[in-house]
Amino acid sequence: MGNSEYIIEMLNITKEFPGIKANDNVTLQLKKGEIHALLGENGAGKSTLMSILFGLYQPTSGMIKKNGKEVKINNPNDANALNIGMVHQHFKLVECFSVLDNIILGIEPTKGLFLSKKGAREKVTALSDKYGLKVNPDALVSDITVGMQQRTEILKMLYRDNEILIFDEPTAVLTPQEIDELMKIMKNLANEGKSILFITHKLNEIMAISDRCTILRKGKCIGTVNIKDTTKEELSRMMVGRNVSFKVDKKPANVKETVLKVENMTVPSKVHKNNAVKNVSFEVHRGEIVCIAGIDGNGQTELVHALTGLEKISSGTVWFDGADISKASIRERSKSGMSHIPEDRHKHGLVLDYTLEQNMVLQRYWESDFQKAGFIKQGAVREYAERLIEQYDVRSGQGPVTIARSMSGGNQQKAIIAREIDKNPDLLVAVQPTRGLDVGAIEYIHKQLVAQRDKGKAVLLVSLELDEVMDVSDRILVMYEGELVGELDPEKTTVEELGLYMAGAKRTTA
Amino acid sequence: MFLLLKYTLLYAVVLMLVALGGMFSERSGVINIALEGIMAIGGLAGIIVLVLFGGKMPAAALVLVSILASAIAGVLYSLLLGFSAITLKADQTIGGTALNMLATAAAVVIVKAYNNAAAGGNGSASSKLSYSNTEFIFNAGPLTYNIFLIIGVILLIVAYVFLYKTKYGLRLRSCGEHPQAADSVGINVYKWRYAGVMISGFLGGLGGFAYIVPSVSTWNFEVGVTGFGFLALAVMIFGQWKPFRIAGAAVFFAIFKSLANIADATFLSNLHLSKNIYDMMPFIASMIILAFTSKNSQAPKAEGIPYDKGAR
Repeated sequence: MGNSEYIIEMLNITKEFPGIKANDNVTLQLKKGEIHALLGENGAGKSTLMSILFGLYQPTSGMIKKNGKEVKINNPNDANALNIGMVHQHFKLVECFSVLDNIILGIEPTKGLFLSKKGAREKVTALSDKYGLKVNPDALVSDITVGMQQRTEILKMLYRDNEILIFDEPTAVLTPQEIDELMKIMKNLANEGKSILFITHKLNEIMAISDRCTILRKGKCIGTVNIKDTTKEELSRMMVGRNVSFKVDKKPANVKETVLKVENMTVPSKVHKNNAVKNVSFEVHRGEIVCIAGIDGNGQTELVHALTGLEKISSGTVWFDGADISKASIRERSKSGMSHIPEDRHKHGLVLDYTLEQNMVLQRYWESDFQKAGFIKQGAVREYAERLIEQYDVRSGQGPVTIARSMSGGNQQKAIIAREIDKNPDLLVAVQPTRGLDVGAIEYIHKQLVAQRDKGKAVLLVSLELDEVMDVSDRILVMYEGELVGELDPEKTTVEELGLYMAGAKRTTA
Repeated sequence: MFLLLKYTLLYAVVLMLVALGGMFSERSGVINIALEGIMAIGGLAGIIVLVLFGGKMPAAALVLVSILASAIAGVLYSLLLGFSAITLKADQTIGGTALNMLATAAAVVIVKAYNNAAAGGNGSASSKLSYSNTEFIFNAGPLTYNIFLIIGVILLIVAYVFLYKTKYGLRLRSCGEHPQAADSVGINVYKWRYAGVMISGFLGGLGGFAYIVPSVSTWNFEVGVTGFGFLALAVMIFGQWKPFRIAGAAVFFAIFKSLANIADATFLSNLHLSKNIYDMMPFIASMIILAFTSKNSQAPKAEGIPYDKGAR
């Protein structure tokens, strides 16, 4: 039993939470030195499975073996002792600490009573040279890029001599160039004998670097395949359970008159002293989807907040259907025909502890359809919510009276989309509408955006996903450090060129 | 001028000790608004030792025992905050406020019960205790010092070294900034938060004793510690949760506080302002300063948020 082919085996794992089986008899076997992808839709049980391996949950039944021997992992310390390390989706770094302090936290080297960082610094430098993980050990985490923060997390695992490395959706926050670099690093690590578990729902990345892939659907293990012997289409069919089209099906745009016109808009930043949006001008017309592309944190959020009224602008003008709305309130903008699918659906999209039906009338409860003399017409609200649920296929436990918090991310997003599109807006501002969603839900949302366009409405899409930018939009505006640095035609540009604009390496001066 | 210096030193040490206490608690992630109450309980415990054992013990032993009693009482009282804020995950501000109200009331009840018993149970008990404080005070040159000045300087250095030069400090700080990160590398967040709260109880209780004992020989427990705990919170914020900046801030606030004490005896009396105005000064100053400095506050990010292992 001692010399098993597998370094880690999770055998027949079942995990039940009250009411649901998050994992149902799942088996995952990781070979030494391989990159093994774990693929599944949201809520398929990937995170639960990894949390079990990392000691955050205990399985209801099933066993975990390391090198053929059964082990018990009761908490992250046990996982660490078995040399299992994890890069979490949301980094676990203390922002006001240096990179080095973050790496040594928990296993600090000391001399007598005091910290002694010299040896640790040497080890970190050696590791970062060996694997090409460029970081400055003395920089504060709050001052470095997301890519460097991720490298810090990887160094944290290597510093602990971890052999099994779990990456939880590591590419979600990176630029295309950073993704390439991460892929190289992961291959390096595998070549050096580290075994890697790679959680994702991006098929391209799986095809690019994985050796094998295990697919989960609704908590059940659908199978494990060799990447050499499979295709993207087959993987997505296994993940979703039906055929999914990757190409967004759309006719050429029929561009009409201007709906939104932004002139020299500047928005101050809330986090630093510079302006987040600098002197930006653009137009959006009826019948087109304009996409604002860019790496997260280059002013897209502030731009959208300024358009929708969540933040004030310090100079410039916003024209909407010919009227100056620069100082209009959020409700005025909403009433005049602007819809907003917000970036953070929990913060700005839904009141999580309200029911689905209450959330669906959030922007309209004052209309005479839904209230009389200040009292909500419960029946009308219920009827309206039921219609939206039916029409937009919003799935939930108890229909209109489901608490929004209890719904899955994809269905929360569908609920927002139903509410915003049903207002029949002239302009739909959609910010990362597919973030964190699986291919099935993404396909649905893209269809809705294109349908809006074809109805002669304007769509302003803000996206970090390059595929989405290229496939859905009719026109691309690239944002870099608060400025629009380029306007591209998705038919005539390439992902590589777009990446250069997004990284600030290229710009066309307007 | 010497008078001003004397009071400034006296108050600065108290504010610094208590603000350092608040710093440890908040750096571990627990807002400690109960400092006022902890000071009152600590002061009470120390003074009870003085009343009970004054003259029955060698001076040095009395000083040591009374100081330890005040600090330990502070720790025990702070455990109530720890239990509600960490174990029960209750709102830290409300819990702290409740402890403040409880402390003053409890101190009065205890003192009155003691006085009542001492007076043979005739019921006319006051909430005052008298004691001798000569053991704590010594003269050098034209100035009067008290023992807490030395203790304060030592504890300031210890606090700095602990926080920045030991692994314990690193762990404690990580719990106040990003407890999930600390947890993921095997640090017990609950344990370190209790440690932070208990250190603040230690320093707060000691600070309460240091406030009451050196200046007067009778204390009326109905006034608690006259808002010094809250002033210490302002000192902590003005000091940006950093030991030496807190020490500087403590001196600054202590000057304002001292003005009230010397107003009658010096040139300030010529201004013919009410003493109440000077009494208000440190609090007005703290409001103004906090209004201007709160914008670039470096407060620990996770302070005030109960840590829940299960939540992701």
